[in-house]
Amino acid sequence: MVFTVSLYASLIIFVLGLIYKVYTWLHRQVGFSQERPRLLKRCLSALTGMALTVFSLKLFKLLQAFFLDVLLQRKILKESFLRWVMHMLIFWGFMLLLLMHALGQLITASLFSNYESTLNPYFFLRDLFGLMVLVGVVIAVVRRSLLKVPRLKTNAMDRYAIIILAVIILSGIFLTGLKITSKTEFSNMVDAYAGLWGEEARALESYWVSEQGLVSPELEPPFKENILKQGKRLHQTYCAYCHADAQSSFTSYSFAKALHPVAAALDRAGFVEIFWYIHFLSCFLGLAYLPFSKMLHIFSTPISLLANAVMDEEKSKPENIATRQVIEIDACTHCCTCSLYCSAMMGYEAKLNPYILPSEKMAPLKALAAGKKLDETETKAVLEGVYLCTNCDRCTVVCPSGINLRQLWINAREKLLQQGPAEPLMLSQLSFVRGLNRQRVSDDLYGLPLEKADKAVRRRFEPLLEADRSIDLDQAGSGRVPSLISETTFSYCFGCQNCSTVCPVVANYENPQEALGLLPHQIMCSLGLGLTETAMASKMIWYCLTCYQCQEHCPQNVKVTDILYELKYMAVESMDEKTENEDQAGGLI
Amino acid sequence: MMRYSLFIGCQIPSRVPQYETAARAVLGKLGVDLVDNKQFNCCGYPMRNVDKKSYLLSSARNLALAEDAGHDMLVFCNCCYGALKNAEHIMKEEGRLQDEIREKLREMGLTYAGNVRIRHYLSVLYNEIGVAALKEQLQNTYKDLNIAVQYGCHLLRPSPVTQFDDPVKPTIFDELVAATGAKSVEWANKLECCGAPLMGINDGLSMDLSRQKIKAAVKAGAHFFCTSCPYCQIQFDTVQNMIVSKNPESEHLASVIFPQLLGLSMGIDPQTLGIGLNKRDITMIESYLTKE
Repeated sequence: MVFTVSLYASLIIFVLGLIYKVYTWLHRQVGFSQERPRLLKRCLSALTGMALTVFSLKLFKLLQAFFLDVLLQRKILKESFLRWVMHMLIFWGFMLLLLMHALGQLITASLFSNYESTLNPYFFLRDLFGLMVLVGVVIAVVRRSLLKVPRLKTNAMDRYAIIILAVIILSGIFLTGLKITSKTEFSNMVDAYAGLWGEEARALESYWVSEQGLVSPELEPPFKENILKQGKRLHQTYCAYCHADAQSSFTSYSFAKALHPVAAALDRAGFVEIFWYIHFLSCFLGLAYLPFSKMLHIFSTPISLLANAVMDEEKSKPENIATRQVIEIDACTHCCTCSLYCSAMMGYEAKLNPYILPSEKMAPLKALAAGKKLDETETKAVLEGVYLCTNCDRCTVVCPSGINLRQLWINAREKLLQQGPAEPLMLSQLSFVRGLNRQRVSDDLYGLPLEKADKAVRRRFEPLLEADRSIDLDQAGSGRVPSLISETTFSYCFGCQNCSTVCPVVANYENPQEALGLLPHQIMCSLGLGLTETAMASKMIWYCLTCYQCQEHCPQNVKVTDILYELKYMAVESMDEKTENEDQAGGLI
Repeated sequence: MMRYSLFIGCQIPSRVPQYETAARAVLGKLGVDLVDNKQFNCCGYPMRNVDKKSYLLSSARNLALAEDAGHDMLVFCNCCYGALKNAEHIMKEEGRLQDEIREKLREMGLTYAGNVRIRHYLSVLYNEIGVAALKEQLQNTYKDLNIAVQYGCHLLRPSPVTQFDDPVKPTIFDELVAATGAKSVEWANKLECCGAPLMGINDGLSMDLSRQKIKAAVKAGAHFFCTSCPYCQIQFDTVQNMIVSKNPESEHLASVIFPQLLGLSMGIDPQTLGIGLNKRDITMIESYLTKE
């Protein structure tokens, strides 16, 4: 009763969950897009896209990807042999258990007329498959806990996946082991299939205690030779036709042997039943929760791998790309291969913002796609994370799930830039790729995040540039002083203006002072006066190409470009400071 | 056999793959052995503008890895080269930030003692292989081909740090181009920036600078730009496309990457050199080749 109810309940939740997931795949959107395609359009495009692929030469590519990437998991093998062994053991062990054991009555029985779960080879294979999964799970635990894989993070979902697999397999092995030792089970079976009593029943029991791992409260070895012989004969008559030797089920049998001293007590306490409940309930829990857990990757990752094999980024319809991206977020198994090779990994080590790592960005992207609102600090951290990316595409190349991470980042980035807080990283060369892809955003939106960032780093200092501002030259101000020795070389400046003369940015403007605020030589002069924050107000520091013409041509060896770098660092650091500063001369000590 | 740890950087594999195939083919033929290291990360250049620590840590880790591998580093990208050289320079000084970087490296099981040489491949071609030996490898030379050589800023300057060539009158790149029979023309703002560092920050300014360079090179009679840096190449290729598509009447000049130019004259097939992969058509360049 409990079994049937929980089976159907979990099946219903599983099916509804899957339907819901497919709905989200066709409904949600990751990040930025100019227009939002309607659900129906996305359904139709997905269906036509799939149909066109299946009825074309791409079918071969699809089949190839199915065999090599899905069944043989070539991409994992390329990355690490140990991980490939781990995943193949879990994948094949679990799939075969599912088909042969869990769906035994449906599948195996219809394929093989003599199917009985307790007959060989099925009895042996069940244990073998279980052991495969178990070994895989042990490797997974070792990899995530003992091996020091850099930047490999383990979250609640990873732990859940490992635990649910371990519980299902271990409870199965324990259950079989307990059954082997159980006198109650034995008696029930004898009553049902042999109907023996008296001496014959004792002979059979003696044989089972001696040879099949049974633990009997009444009978203990040694047994007489002739009794065992009689028992064996009875076993062959009544049992063997549908029960292979217990030793075939080798892991459970070893477990049963280990249980020997306490087996009788466990049997009396009803442990067989307890583990039967644990086993099927954990299976049903796993099934019901599958669409909402990491285990959904059983479905989503093959889809992602197949899409990866046949979809062309340039030619695919935007609505199909949108659909693929939502599936891809679900296809991430959090294996952290991307973070192992991420080019921006040292950005993470310096800032310790986990969202800089590609593997850790997936969770907030998922939340955002689901329409959840992140709080202010979270948004800021996620935005910094998606922007601190060199667009080297390594993550996309190494992803064993075939996720086009490159495109995910580009989309997610734009949405956060448009809606989120100012991001100073925008004023770095990390923006190069956004510039190259500017046609993805309309012209009026493209410049907004840049303006926001520019405002954020200069807002406080801008009034200092007003032409009629009076500066008290006698009063000691609170102007900052650059910290490194080379960055104080501005004091050598004698105002020859070489730096501004050779600067290609200055040369590009008819009225450079209006466009740039202060020119390089004026910045050096301001620093000499201690007007550091006035220098930080100038647009020049942000429009510096870092071409080093100024520094190369300075007759006084002023490290002009390096000083502009330092001013940028100080401006970024001061972004969150709220205090007003008059920046009076004399700040330089 | 010359052996180097190849530092490929981020731009080349993702946006200028033909640079890599061409450079590998050319260097392989010249007896340069390249050792790949999957552990290398970004050089830090793109973060340098706003975050010194991320920049320095990125560069320092690469230097430490290369030092550990025991080979000098070979770099294909001027901006990587400049960033790494500058990091090498900074790490020679004592300071709080340097201590912090060293501590971080130690946590990762790495040390950096400053014993690894950072080399740009143009310098290896010029100084280790030499123009004369290079010429012996050529199967065809160019005739009547005018090239506008784009040195790129971060290779030349600041010269005390990059130590590549004379920053005011450099000749290495010109001589290498001349070795193939092509003529390196003198042009007005040859040593100026391509504009790439501001692409994405101030696109108008960035494109203005590129436009000026294109104009000057065309005026000098160049048939192609020749670059040795993926940023310059993208700027003269992808970004030039953006400029031209906005204003079809504006002047234009396709850009060839140096290993492509050299590779063709070494008889390497155009497919390996990715001649068809440049955004602006450079296939015409083959018509300037004459058999030796």
